Amino acid sequence: MNILAQLPVIPIILPLVTAPLAMLMPSEKMGGRAPFVFATFVVWAVFAACAGLLHSVATTGPISYHLGDWAPPIGIEYRIDLANALVLTLVSGIAALVFPFSYESIRSEIDRRQISYFYAALLICMTGLLGVTITGDAFNVFVFLEISSLSTYALVAMGADKDRRALTASFNYLVMGTIGATFFVIGLGLLYQATGTLNMADLKIQLAGDKNRMVEAGFAFIVVGMGLKAAMFPMHLWMPNAYAYAPSAVSAFIAATSTKVAVYVIIRFIYTVIGADFSFAPAAFAWLIAPLAIAGMFFASGVAIFQDDVKRMLAYSSVGQIGYMLFGVSFGTEPGLAASLVHLFNHGLMKGALFMAAACVMLRVGSHNCSAYAGLARRMPFTAGAFIVSGLSLIGVPLTVGFISKWQLLAAAFDSGRAWAGFLIVASSFLAVIYVGRVIELMVLKPAPADAPEIKEAPLSMLVPMLILVAANVYFGLHTELTVDLSERAAHALMGAGR
Amino acid sequence: MDILNFFAERYNYWIFITLMMMGLYIVISRGNLIKKLIGLNVFQTSVFIYYISIGKIAGGTAPIYVAGDMESRAHGGGHGAENGGGHSAPGADGADALPGKDALGAGALHADDMPHGDFELAGNDLATLTGNAQGAHAPALHAAPDAGAPIAGAPDSSGANDILAAPALKIEEHAIAAADAVKEVAHQAGDVVYSNPLPHVLILTAIVVGIATTAVGLALVVRIREAYGTIEEDELESADNVAEFGAARAQEAVA
Repeated sequence: MNILAQLPVIPIILPLVTAPLAMLMPSEKMGGRAPFVFATFVVWAVFAACAGLLHSVATTGPISYHLGDWAPPIGIEYRIDLANALVLTLVSGIAALVFPFSYESIRSEIDRRQISYFYAALLICMTGLLGVTITGDAFNVFVFLEISSLSTYALVAMGADKDRRALTASFNYLVMGTIGATFFVIGLGLLYQATGTLNMADLKIQLAGDKNRMVEAGFAFIVVGMGLKAAMFPMHLWMPNAYAYAPSAVSAFIAATSTKVAVYVIIRFIYTVIGADFSFAPAAFAWLIAPLAIAGMFFASGVAIFQDDVKRMLAYSSVGQIGYMLFGVSFGTEPGLAASLVHLFNHGLMKGALFMAAACVMLRVGSHNCSAYAGLARRMPFTAGAFIVSGLSLIGVPLTVGFISKWQLLAAAFDSGRAWAGFLIVASSFLAVIYVGRVIELMVLKPAPADAPEIKEAPLSMLVPMLILVAANVYFGLHTELTVDLSERAAHALMGAGR
Repeated sequence: MDILNFFAERYNYWIFITLMMMGLYIVISRGNLIKKLIGLNVFQTSVFIYYISIGKIAGGTAPIYVAGDMESRAHGGGHGAENGGGHSAPGADGADALPGKDALGAGALHADDMPHGDFELAGNDLATLTGNAQGAHAPALHAAPDAGAPIAGAPDSSGANDILAAPALKIEEHAIAAADAVKEVAHQAGDVVYSNPLPHVLILTAIVVGIATTAVGLALVVRIREAYGTIEEDELESADNVAEFGAARAQEAVA
């Protein structure tokens, strides 16, 4: 058996099988290093597999892997094209950095006895996210989505050791997340009833030229359900608390990946399953997705300005950034879709780095309140530097990835004759200037409180992954060939499938 | 009267919608976390009912293979190989796992894990099904050993057409091509019409997910009760407000 032929299934099988092993390893002997080291190597292997998949898809075209050798549309198919190879690489790449990063942070934030459970849950969470991305079977999306969500609920609740509000945050997330997932299943049921198939590519064939209200209703259920998971405005209420009270490393991982995966699923269903030329798609874009995206961009960014808690602020900012992605999708054009995919990737990079900086501050200062950041530029220069660079990236300053995605969005807006949309994008970016600028001002210009204890810079095991991610923020801001080129090709393929 | 008929014919959907709305309302309106979880459960269960009801075909039996499958096994031994490919293997294994069935009476209905009887999909499976039915030398329909399994009362040769005409199921082209095979199978197996098992299988998965969600939710409620001493949402909120702003501000917020 050729091992390379089995490559598509490795990112799913490997963490799924090894997660229980990580759970069996001792948490208290050697400070819980055994599950940590083990899980980290697993994740690196997964990242290597995903990078290999991206390379192979970029050079030779889409891969179709039949699970158990059952041919689709009856069997379950893993279908990897450029769009999901990009998301796979993002998720596994962020995981490959967050896992080594998490050790010091987690040891100070959760009950020591839970370390092995923590790594098992984090591995399963990653499995779920990768599974949602890789699969070509619509019902499989639901199963993997719940795999990742259930482990995320547990991970968020582990923050209860520091702050008991993590428990209520996790409970609210569970209720909202389950409603979202159930809506998604209802939508799938309607599509299945209309077509008799669950394979995405086959759904597309069966639905072609079909106009009926059942499909429209199914589409609506799917968008609402996924919108809940993606924290699309105004269904984002679970998110600020969940991100704020989860252990810092968990925030860094899920903020950078889980909402992006949900946005990817929305894109996948709009373009690959329903098809952009479906009769009601333009109406849905113009009257549902675009207004909500704009409202999210302004409202959530506006709320972010008034947050005292930096992690909550970043969470609200995420809601706004999801708005940008959906706004790009709502243009219904190829450049708009490409811009969304670029921003999806880039936002993962910047939010990951920002939450990592917040985790370093949490470790050394012991708080994620704004006041903890006063005078930080002198006390923890590397962490503050990382926060500033990725914060500027969030605003969209040139030389960073944020600029590339905003630029692509603007170009797409003008390209589709929506000059007003370009104006809105720029205007909402100014809100980002305010909320990021506020923290930067605290760090650089304010002196540290007089009674502040002497603190060290974050440990090397946290600094290195964080700085790698920050470097990626700058690198992909200067070398756009990889991200922009791949996204454009991915968008072309998605739209091509829609025509 | 037309309107009444319209409602009556779709009664399964009305059950689904009513339950769904009740569940959602409980989740939104109740402050007790356990009641919220129960509401969530009702909401999920409504979707299970919806899925199961769309898999039902008028006059169709439970998707359990009905034919003298065991006899052919006794003669031919290992018909899995005969029927070619790994596809029939699940069926053969399923029968092996049910050794007690012969005791139910010679020629009685044999329950068998027929590999996916989803006719509108299964081009490959149809071949298997046909093979199985041909291998079966006693095609007559016998009384079900399991009273719970509804059997098509009066088998008629239009059974296969019923499958194809099942409401709201769009038949795929390759399934239409295999329609003759379906008819033949239905004829040989005593005109048995099976309900579509795929939604049932999907919902089995969804039930597992639902149970896991409920378990995690209840575990969280236990932890919340330990940490806060209450599971009423408004009391939790005021406890958080007191912790964050102090008692006086929290009073204002409540007022």
